[in-house]
Amino acid sequence: MSKPPPGSRGEVGLFVTCLVDLMRPSIAFAALKLVEAAGYTPVVPDTQTCCGQPGHNSGDARSARELAQKLIAEFERFPCIVAPSGSCAGMIRTHYPHLFNDDDAWRTRAEALAAKTFELTQFLADVAGVTEVPGDFVGAVTYHDSCAGLRELGVKRQPRALLDRMPGVEQRPLNECEECCGFGGLFSVKYPDISGAIAQRKCDNIRASGASTVALGDLGCMMNIEGRLRRIGDEDTQVIHIAELLAGRLDPD
Amino acid sequence: MEIRSMHFVSRVRQRLDDTELQRNLQRTRGRNAAARLASLSSLDDFDAVRERATEIRASVLRDLDVWLERFEAQATRRGATVLWARDGDEACRLVIDIARRHDVKTVVKAKSMVSEEAGLNAALEAAGIRPVETDLGEYILQINDNEPPSHIIMPVIHKSKEQVSELFARVHGTAAKTDIVELTREAREKLRPEFLGAEMGISGGNFLIAETGSVAIVTNEGNGRMCTTMPRVHVALTGIEKVIPTLDDLATLLRILPRSATGQAISNYVSLLTGPKHEGDADGPAHMYFVLVDGGRADLIGGDFEPMLRCIRCGACMNHCPVYQTIGGHSYGWVYPGPMGSVLTPLYQGLEKAKDLPQAATLCNQCGVVCPVSIPLPDLMRKLREKQVDAGLRPWSERLSMRLWAWVAQRPKLYARGVRLAVRYLRWLADGRDRIQAMGVAPGWTAERDFPAPAAQSFRDQYAARRRAGR
Repeated sequence: MSKPPPGSRGEVGLFVTCLVDLMRPSIAFAALKLVEAAGYTPVVPDTQTCCGQPGHNSGDARSARELAQKLIAEFERFPCIVAPSGSCAGMIRTHYPHLFNDDDAWRTRAEALAAKTFELTQFLADVAGVTEVPGDFVGAVTYHDSCAGLRELGVKRQPRALLDRMPGVEQRPLNECEECCGFGGLFSVKYPDISGAIAQRKCDNIRASGASTVALGDLGCMMNIEGRLRRIGDEDTQVIHIAELLAGRLDPD
Repeated sequence: MEIRSMHFVSRVRQRLDDTELQRNLQRTRGRNAAARLASLSSLDDFDAVRERATEIRASVLRDLDVWLERFEAQATRRGATVLWARDGDEACRLVIDIARRHDVKTVVKAKSMVSEEAGLNAALEAAGIRPVETDLGEYILQINDNEPPSHIIMPVIHKSKEQVSELFARVHGTAAKTDIVELTREAREKLRPEFLGAEMGISGGNFLIAETGSVAIVTNEGNGRMCTTMPRVHVALTGIEKVIPTLDDLATLLRILPRSATGQAISNYVSLLTGPKHEGDADGPAHMYFVLVDGGRADLIGGDFEPMLRCIRCGACMNHCPVYQTIGGHSYGWVYPGPMGSVLTPLYQGLEKAKDLPQAATLCNQCGVVCPVSIPLPDLMRKLREKQVDAGLRPWSERLSMRLWAWVAQRPKLYARGVRLAVRYLRWLADGRDRIQAMGVAPGWTAERDFPAPAAQSFRDQYAARRRAGR
């Protein structure tokens, strides 16, 4: 595919996610760069906050519904919605419609939004058909499949295919790459013993992969894995979001 | 069985600290999952079989009463007696009555998780009847002071052969053996006279077939056949949800059950037992009974949790569960561990007695993906979490913080200010470093890992600044 002229392919709504907004804005800037490079005009509604996942997973259905309604209203005008997170995109795509089982009007709107919402690499590989990525990383990389992206959205091949487009990247297999890292949202705080033990196993596998960099698509899992690596004294293994890796150097602020 | 799920957190800690258990869990981890995956390749179309199996189980549940009546009529016609138990206690009473009627002193038992629900062994012993577990795993647990099973099809998966060797030497008074074949032979030698002497055999039942009034039993050791055919009396004890319409349905389910469970295309034995011994039969019991237990099942019909009753007890969910594989089955505190247990235990024993179980899951959905009857286990755990909130079983601080979060997140300007505050607070905690090692608001996080310091400015503030600068 030849490079499409900037903005020629229409608008895309970027849902930054609350965690990226607060903790690691570089992931959102990387996503902006990638969507732009694919020929789209990314739009970031400035009222966006949270997709409602914490409430949904904590048994607070009312909170989940309220935040879902807000997000639907903010994003439904876009032909496509993209999030640099498998779990937030999965929340919209897989769970939003069920939140409104008793409300036909909202259910219809939720289903319409769900059908056009994509995780970032899914969007780049499957919708945009990207064949060139700007990143220029050089080194060995292994990839962890975060649960929601993998099992709710089927994100598996896309990030690896995109990494294949980066000549400097040498992909290394990760043993048990489809196993949960032990994050699980508030699970990580409610059951730290179990969560830490599961994270430890993930870290052991990453370290055994021979790659000094692990890439993944969800900031929650990144914080869990990176936090565990640092706690056990591993200062060397780099934990990076797939968007950051694919986008490469970002404009200085 | 007495429930201990309320002590989940302390039981987990003990098990994480138990180096021997951890070594045993490591050793078996992933083994069943790998075997399952390998065995699926011998099915032309796993998804189609799974869909069919799901539909068979779902359709039965839509008219459970009708299928149970048909089963009862057919089983009765073939000479068996069908008895109904409202709960485990009633099931124990019915079994003890049968034993007394037939002057039974010793019972040989094949594996039955419903008998664990009912606490049948303790009830039999109290009534002066001696139960002997004959499934190798269950036998090991019984001679180890009636230890409960830790897995629904591999009850003793938490033990190493060295532990079994030591137990056999101690209990049997024999020289310690380390060869598994020799250990198994020793158990067989102990069990053989029990099979020959017992007046009654008790089995579970994987499926009840309505069109023939039969019970299907799926086993690997052959003990199930001995228990159900050698003694004078056979009692099949199982749950009311196990009924399926036809033998064709059984054929479909048998294509998927052993594969999901142990990765076998078919188990070593599949027994189909229909009525007592008839004229001209070479063997079989003189009397055959079914004790079919409700135990909370009927209450689930027609509600959010009805899909749970589709469960065919293969154990695939626990074999693929990161939490189960880390803490072992005993942590869960009742009969059923892992994801299916985390849903069933609160439903059968009461939400308030198993508050941790639906929470202690990462919702990774490995269980939902591998379930051969498509039970949406993570969704059911979320539903249970909702019920906990509705019943006031979650800490007020958690409920308040969720509501507060949602309230603020619906007010973008206030939210933006909150984000700015949070960034400042976290950076203050980090104190110039790139990470936080102790965090008062989420001590659970920093107990096990570091928390990164956030960027100096949130995305929304950086982005707004760039836009103002015209970039």
